[in-house]
Amino acid sequence: MLKINNLHASVEDKAILKGINLDVKPGEVHAIMGPNGSGKSTLASVVAGKEEYEVEEGEILLDGENIDELGPEERAHKGVFLSFQYPVEIPGVTVTNFMKTAINETRKAKGLEDMPANEMLKMIREKSEMLEIDRKFLSRSLNEGFSGGEKKRNEIFQMAMLEPKLAILDETDSGLDIDALRIVANGVNKLKSKDNAVIVITHYQRLLDYIVPDYVHVLYNGRIVKSGTKELAHELEAKGYDWIKEEVGA
Amino acid sequence: MTQIMSLKEKLVSSFMAFENTVDIDSPIHDIRTEAIKAFETEGFPTKRQEAWKYTSLNSVLKHDYSVFPKHEEALEFKDVKKYFIHDIDSYKIIFIDGKYSSHLSQTTHDGIDVCLMSAALTKPKYRIIVENYFNKIATKDGISSLNTAFSAEGAYIHIPKNKLVEKPIQIIHFSTGNEAALMLQPRNLIVVDENSHVQIIERHQSLTDNPVLTNSVTEIFANKRAIVDYYKIQNDRETASLIDNTFINQKRESIAKVHTFSFGGKLTRNNLNFYQNGERIDSTMKGITIIGNKQHVDHNTLVHHIEPNCESHQDYKGIFDDKATGVFNGKVIVEKEAQKTNAFQANNNILVSDKASINTKPQLEIFADDVKCSHGCTIGQLDESAMFYLRSRGIPEKEARALLMFAFSNNVLDSVKIPEIKNRITAIIARKLGVNIGFDL
Repeated sequence: MLKINNLHASVEDKAILKGINLDVKPGEVHAIMGPNGSGKSTLASVVAGKEEYEVEEGEILLDGENIDELGPEERAHKGVFLSFQYPVEIPGVTVTNFMKTAINETRKAKGLEDMPANEMLKMIREKSEMLEIDRKFLSRSLNEGFSGGEKKRNEIFQMAMLEPKLAILDETDSGLDIDALRIVANGVNKLKSKDNAVIVITHYQRLLDYIVPDYVHVLYNGRIVKSGTKELAHELEAKGYDWIKEEVGA
Repeated sequence: MTQIMSLKEKLVSSFMAFENTVDIDSPIHDIRTEAIKAFETEGFPTKRQEAWKYTSLNSVLKHDYSVFPKHEEALEFKDVKKYFIHDIDSYKIIFIDGKYSSHLSQTTHDGIDVCLMSAALTKPKYRIIVENYFNKIATKDGISSLNTAFSAEGAYIHIPKNKLVEKPIQIIHFSTGNEAALMLQPRNLIVVDENSHVQIIERHQSLTDNPVLTNSVTEIFANKRAIVDYYKIQNDRETASLIDNTFINQKRESIAKVHTFSFGGKLTRNNLNFYQNGERIDSTMKGITIIGNKQHVDHNTLVHHIEPNCESHQDYKGIFDDKATGVFNGKVIVEKEAQKTNAFQANNNILVSDKASINTKPQLEIFADDVKCSHGCTIGQLDESAMFYLRSRGIPEKEARALLMFAFSNNVLDSVKIPEIKNRITAIIARKLGVNIGFDL
C-alpha cells in the first residue's frame, strides 16, 4: 500500500530524512519509534504532503502511484490521514462544520454528491459515541480551548469519520491519561481492517500495548536503523535508545 | 488638479440653481447657505489633512459628475430584487438616481413615520422635528457641509416613544447609468424616541459601470433607552465610490449598533461618529471588509465618551487581496467626567497578497482616571499550519483559505440579529472568495 524508497527530505536546506525505506501492506500496523529529533514527525508530514519539506531524493508510492507531486488534499482524497501531534486551533469553525466540509470535499473529488444531512448526522453520532465524545463538544470551535487529550480524541474522531486507507498517528499518545489512551486505542482498533493500514509514531511503548504492531522500526538520525516485531518495542522500553545509538554510531 | 477645482467650482456655482429647485422659504435655507460657504472655504479633503492621510479622493473627483440628474428612470422590482433583503417583510425607501421611487418603496405614517426627507423638509407637521434635529450633529467639515448644502432628499424616519418596529427598514439608492457620471448626496434623518427599537439596512447600488460618487450624511438620534440597529451593506461595483458620514447622538441607556460590511466599491470612506450624551449608554460598531483588485476601504470611527458608566465596542476585521488598500482609524475620547467608561477596540487584518496594504491607527484620548480602555490591532497572513491541517483533511487550498477567512470574520456576524442579513452576508463572502461550500457560520 505504502512504499517508501530511499527517501531524502530537508527543510530550509537542513537534511532531516536521509534515505528511508518502508513497505506497509494492507492490514498491517507499523510502529515507528526513536529518540527526539530523529525525524519521526518529519516522515509523517512528508507523507501527508506538508509543503515546507523538500523531497530531495527517493519516492513515496501509494498503491504504486508516486504521490510526491500531489497536494495534501489530493493525498487525503486518496486515503492518507495524519493524526497531528499538535492539532491546530481554528476559532470560528465548529467541529461539525469542519467534518461536513472535509467529507463533502473528499466526496466531490471522487465525483460523488454531498452526503445527505441525515446520514452525516447519523455517522457523527455513531463515531462520537464510539470515542465517548460529548455532543456539546461537536459544536465547539475546532481544537480551541481543548485539553491535550480532547485534541487527540478529536483527531481519532476525524479519522473515524474519514475512514482512511492509510492512517499515520503522530505521537497520538502524548498528553493522554490512561482512560483516554484506552478509548483512543479502542477507536483505532475498531477502524482497523484487512484493507487499511496504520503507522503509529511514538516515543514510548505504552500505546503499543493497546495497538499491537506487526512491525516496529527504529528511526535514528534520519534513517531506519533497526526493524523487528513488537518485542523490539519492549526492548527499547527496557533499555532506552542509547544502545541503538551506540550500535549505529559504531 | 484643475479638474478637482472644477468639480468644486461646479458644485458651488450649482448651488443657486439648486436652491431655486427647492423651497427657498424652507427653514433650512440658512443652514444650506452657511454650509455652501463652509464647503467653499474647506473644499474637498486632501491627504494633507491628518484624518485623510491614507485616502486620496483625487481619482474619484476627476470625473465630470452630473449634480442634477435629468432623466427619470423606472426600474422593475424583479430586475433589482437581488439587492434587497427580499425574504423578510420590510419597509422600503428606495431612490433611483437620487429620485424617490414610489413604485419600489413601501413607506408608512401609521404610528411611525418612515418616509422622505423632501417631505420632512417642506411639510409643516415635521417642522418641529426638523428644527430640533436637522444638522445638529453633522460636522461642519467640507465634505459634510457639501451634503448639507445640497440636502433635499433621503430617508426620514421618526419613531415615537414605546414603539417596537418589527419590520426592518431598507434604504436603497440605485444609480442607473443614465448619466455618464453621477454624484449623489442623500441626506437621512432618523429620530428614535424613548424606549423604541428600530432596525435599518442601508445600501448603495450602481447598476452600470458609469462612475458614481455618493456623499451621504445620516444623522441618528437614539433617545433615552432607544435601541438602534443599523446595517450598512457596501458591495457596489468597482466604478462606484462612497463617502458615508454617519453621526449618532445617544441619550442615556440607549443602545446603538452599526455593522458595516464592505466588499465592493472603488473607494469607500466611512466616517462613523458616536456621541454619548447620557449615562449607561452602549455603542457598538463592527465591520467586515473583504476587498481585492485596487479597491480601497477606509473606516474612520469616533466614540466620544462624555458621561460616566458607558460602554463602547469596536471590532473591525479586514481581508485584503491583490493591490487593495485599507485604513482603520479609531478614535476614542474619554472626557474627564466619563468615569467608569469601558471602551474596547479591536482591528484585525489579514493581507492575502504582498501587494495589499492596511494602515491601522488607534487613537485614544483619555482624560478620566477610572476607566477600562483596551485596543489591539493585528496584521498578519493566513496561518500556514492551519492551511496544512485543513488541506490534510481533504479540503482544497481555495476552500481552506475561504474557511479560514470565514472563521476569521465570524464573530462580527454573531451580533447580527436578522438571520436573513447574516445569510446574505455569508453568501456575499462566499461569492467574494470564489467558493461554493455549505459551511455555515
